[in-house]
Amino acid sequence: MENIVIIGNGISGVTLARHIRKQSNHKITIISSETEFFFSRTALMYVFMGHMKFEHTQPYENDFWKKNNINLINASVEHVNTKEKALILNDDTVIVYDKLVIATGSKPNKFGWQGQDLKGVTGLYHKQDLETLEAFSPTCKRAVIVGGGLIGIELAEMLRSRNIPVTFLVREKSFWDAVLPFGESQMINRHILEHHIDLRLETGLLKILSDENGNARAVVTDKNETIECQIVGLTAGVSPNIDFLKNSGIELGRGVKVNRFLETNIKNIYAIGDCAEQYEGIGLRRPIEAVWYTGRMMAEALAQTLTGNPTQYNPGHWFNSAKFLDIEYQTYGWVWAHKKDYEEQFYWEHSSGKKAIRISFHKETRVFLGINTFGIRMRHEFFDKVLTENQSVDYVIHHLAEANFDPEFFTSHKKEIQEQFVKQFVGLKTV
Amino acid sequence: MSKSAQNISIASHQNNGLNTLQKLGLAIGFIGLFILIVAFYNVSFPNKNLWLSISITSILAGIVVYARSTYLSRPEGISNNGLFHKSLTNKGVLAWIIGVLLTSFYVALYWFPKYLGLGENGNANSGIVGFFDPLSLVLNGKIASQWFVYGTLYTVAILGLGYKFILKYRHNKYQLVRTISVMFFQLGFAFLIPEILEKLNPGKEYFAKDLKNMWPLNYYFFNDWHLKGLLNGGNLGMFMLVFGIAMIFIISPILTYFYGKRWYCSWVCGCGGLAETAGDSFRHLSNSTQKVWKIERWMIHSVLVFSFVMTIAVIFTFLSNNPEMSFITKDQFIYGIVAFLVVFTGALYLFKRNDLDTDAQFTMITLVAIIIISIMINFFSGSQNILFIDSNSLREWYGFAIGSAFSGVIGVGFYPLLGNRVWCRFGCPMAAILGLQQRLFSRFRITTNGGQCISCGNCTTHCEMGIDVRSYAQKGENIVRSSCVGCGICSAVCPRGVLKLENDAEEGRINANEILLGNDVNLMDLINNQK
Ligand SMILES: Cc1cc2nc3c(=O)[nH]c(=O)nc-3n(C[C@H](O)[C@H](O)[C@H](O)COP(=O)(O)OP(=O)(O)OC[C@H]3O[C@@H](n4cnc5c(N)ncnc54)[C@H](O)[C@@H]3O)c2cc1C
Ligand code: SF4
Ligand code: SF4
Repeated sequence: MENIVIIGNGISGVTLARHIRKQSNHKITIISSETEFFFSRTALMYVFMGHMKFEHTQPYENDFWKKNNINLINASVEHVNTKEKALILNDDTVIVYDKLVIATGSKPNKFGWQGQDLKGVTGLYHKQDLETLEAFSPTCKRAVIVGGGLIGIELAEMLRSRNIPVTFLVREKSFWDAVLPFGESQMINRHILEHHIDLRLETGLLKILSDENGNARAVVTDKNETIECQIVGLTAGVSPNIDFLKNSGIELGRGVKVNRFLETNIKNIYAIGDCAEQYEGIGLRRPIEAVWYTGRMMAEALAQTLTGNPTQYNPGHWFNSAKFLDIEYQTYGWVWAHKKDYEEQFYWEHSSGKKAIRISFHKETRVFLGINTFGIRMRHEFFDKVLTENQSVDYVIHHLAEANFDPEFFTSHKKEIQEQFVKQFVGLKTV
Repeated sequence: MSKSAQNISIASHQNNGLNTLQKLGLAIGFIGLFILIVAFYNVSFPNKNLWLSISITSILAGIVVYARSTYLSRPEGISNNGLFHKSLTNKGVLAWIIGVLLTSFYVALYWFPKYLGLGENGNANSGIVGFFDPLSLVLNGKIASQWFVYGTLYTVAILGLGYKFILKYRHNKYQLVRTISVMFFQLGFAFLIPEILEKLNPGKEYFAKDLKNMWPLNYYFFNDWHLKGLLNGGNLGMFMLVFGIAMIFIISPILTYFYGKRWYCSWVCGCGGLAETAGDSFRHLSNSTQKVWKIERWMIHSVLVFSFVMTIAVIFTFLSNNPEMSFITKDQFIYGIVAFLVVFTGALYLFKRNDLDTDAQFTMITLVAIIIISIMINFFSGSQNILFIDSNSLREWYGFAIGSAFSGVIGVGFYPLLGNRVWCRFGCPMAAILGLQQRLFSRFRITTNGGQCISCGNCTTHCEMGIDVRSYAQKGENIVRSSCVGCGICSAVCPRGVLKLENDAEEGRINANEILLGNDVNLMDLINNQK
């Protein structure tokens, strides 16, 4: 029986603990500073919007941990002593381990802006950020959000749900255009405006101004405009939450460096989830993957390793999903915002301007490479199989009905899509 | 976080700021309601027909105006903002007031109709019942009863709030079609057709004319007075008897096999109809803890036993007392039932043993209990006393405890406090039977979309049956639960497109993967082999 200590009770830490428990009777301890019990970070927005209570974000009931003999410690780890195999907590308690897993997740980026630590300036990551928002919302006459990514648009939706006017500063030419191709990105721009969000493209933050009490009172943009506001949301991406490891001897890059077995440079220390950084990205993936399901998958693989069955982290085909206000988005495989030279793309948009799909395929071989879908749900299993079997784009277009995952009775756009595809990519062009 | 969102500012950003049209809608609607209240106090209106029309029209118009300005002013999509911040929808003062008013109304309706103005002992109606006399005369040719008043208001509620529900979910065709269906069945099958049939067949004893209201939801279907009513009811009575039995043994099992119990519970049933429309604002109040799930299984199966035993007992008594009216003897009847149940339970055990989760085991035990009690009835009873209890009092107790107290008083009265499906979840014997079938012999399931679930919990929170949908979805498992009424709300509110209600082959319906789609294939094989 080993003494396994996990730092961080997010999805990766908790999944790891559950899977180790399923397969062994090791002693398991999870130390985490944010909350006593695991909750789902992805649901924070719904708590603020009143769709849920905070307790609804907890996937397991509070007595689950005791029942499964998983010890929880609600504290923050300040130092890791790799030689003594010991951790020092903020209350100076010392915890020893046989094996240590770092699953400390991310923290919001702050790029050294003047005023970034004023009151009323917040990211959207931790539960405490929600408390800040609750405190400042009642008296807020305008909020400014800096950074046009997935979390930025969620924060905008949250504040709009309480009728707070929102100005949304996006540095890029169009919303999330590093990931979304032009058509989709334009569609989301329009939808943002439809929700009465004051979207400012190609605009960045210069500094945040303070009032006499240390509260944010306005931001100055890089176009030298001053916008009065009481809440400033910093949502310009996240980075691994690993400052406490700086002098521990564990190799760090942007995150904790790990190999495919999720091992760090020090024996018996591992890292998973948002804070782990692969030496090299796997396939077309980035070295740091800050998404929900990769954390879960790393944990599933590491649980195997820690219970006597060494297993590499070997993610399957890429997929992801998000929701932009009312428009749902799913993606399977790879579709690049700017076409790679081997790539051809087919784009269809519905006349409502709220549904679209883009299919990427190989120019010469016509092998299906990936799909973006907006406002139409698609079946994960179908595309996973298509990608594994290297099916052609024609196969996918032909089997769109099978791929569809919309609820019953939803209008099918299959015909329309197929006709447009045939017009563009079948016949003259292919011969 | 529980005390969040109390706004103390002057620049209010809360959702309860009403716009002019919403205020107008509320005003029109409540004036309509006020007319009913005035009628309740026995103010005699000069022209009842006119005033009743004004009242009902303005209630409906008020809802329409309010709903349109609430939902059409925002883009199509999920509009649950502020649910847990508002008094009405988060068990606040408003919720309690409405809960108490509704409950009192039900108490008066079931046990003290004279306070609603029902004329007893040949006296003329007064109050609100009297107010409905003219409409009742037009529709069924008789003066109103408290049930007529109730039926009318019930229908108005389903139609008005159904319209509101449709606007709220106008982006979702499943919700649209389903809601039009419950509105149609309520207006036509539960309200207009029975009233008109009543008028066309005057002078007969009462029997139920609502085709879709089947046993055991209609718990008095086999009671002696009702059976006599049916048997003496001419062609219509005979038709209702035959159709009622066909519903139970043929139509319902077939439909449930192909579509799951949703065909009834959220497409046709009147109780379900009210829950889905009037109760929509309260669905998130259903408790989804393990403990309550356990209580649910005990309660609903106990009710099932109770309703079976009560029914068997009253038929038994009926056969004992009226051998001339029937074609089987009481012995044949009891042994017929026992044989049927033994074969059924035996087959279940033989073929589905491996699928039996706790839910289904409960049902098995229930069936066995029914068998034993039925046999005991035959051995230990005279014609009237069943296990030393008079079958009439058993029947009355059932009517009181389940038919009235549970389905009405608690079931609807407590909407704003316990959620909109309390009755369907804890008390409906129909739901128990259909649920057993859904769990074991049906093509229905909710498919989980591979590894897309982010464990956010929207599905679990908004499931009116208190099913912890997330606990399945985050494991990539399909949801095959006996209590699921197939309302489709979990699928609608899921922000990642994870859930889909489907009918498909039974094969592979229940899938339990430890490792989710998305991880590499070898790991999945490994885990699957280890099991
Ligand atoms: C608002 C929001 C929405 C998101 N939506 C999506 C989405 O839709 N889909 C998706 O794929 N991903 C989404 N993500 C990303 C996803 O939530 C993260 O990838 C995931 O939560 C990472 O999990 P983790 O277990 O690695 O870390 P975390 O969830 O960050 O958990 C780490 C925990 O460790 C604690 N901790 C850190 N340092 C210490 C220390 N020194 N001592 C003790 N405890 C410590 C932290 O406080 C934290 O509680 C979203 C993120 C946010 C913030
Ligand atoms: S599981 Fe989904 S479809 Fe079934 S009752 Fe709950 S919300 Fe409705
Ligand atoms: S709503 Fe969807 S994403 Fe959220 S927990 Fe349920 S299935 Fe998962």
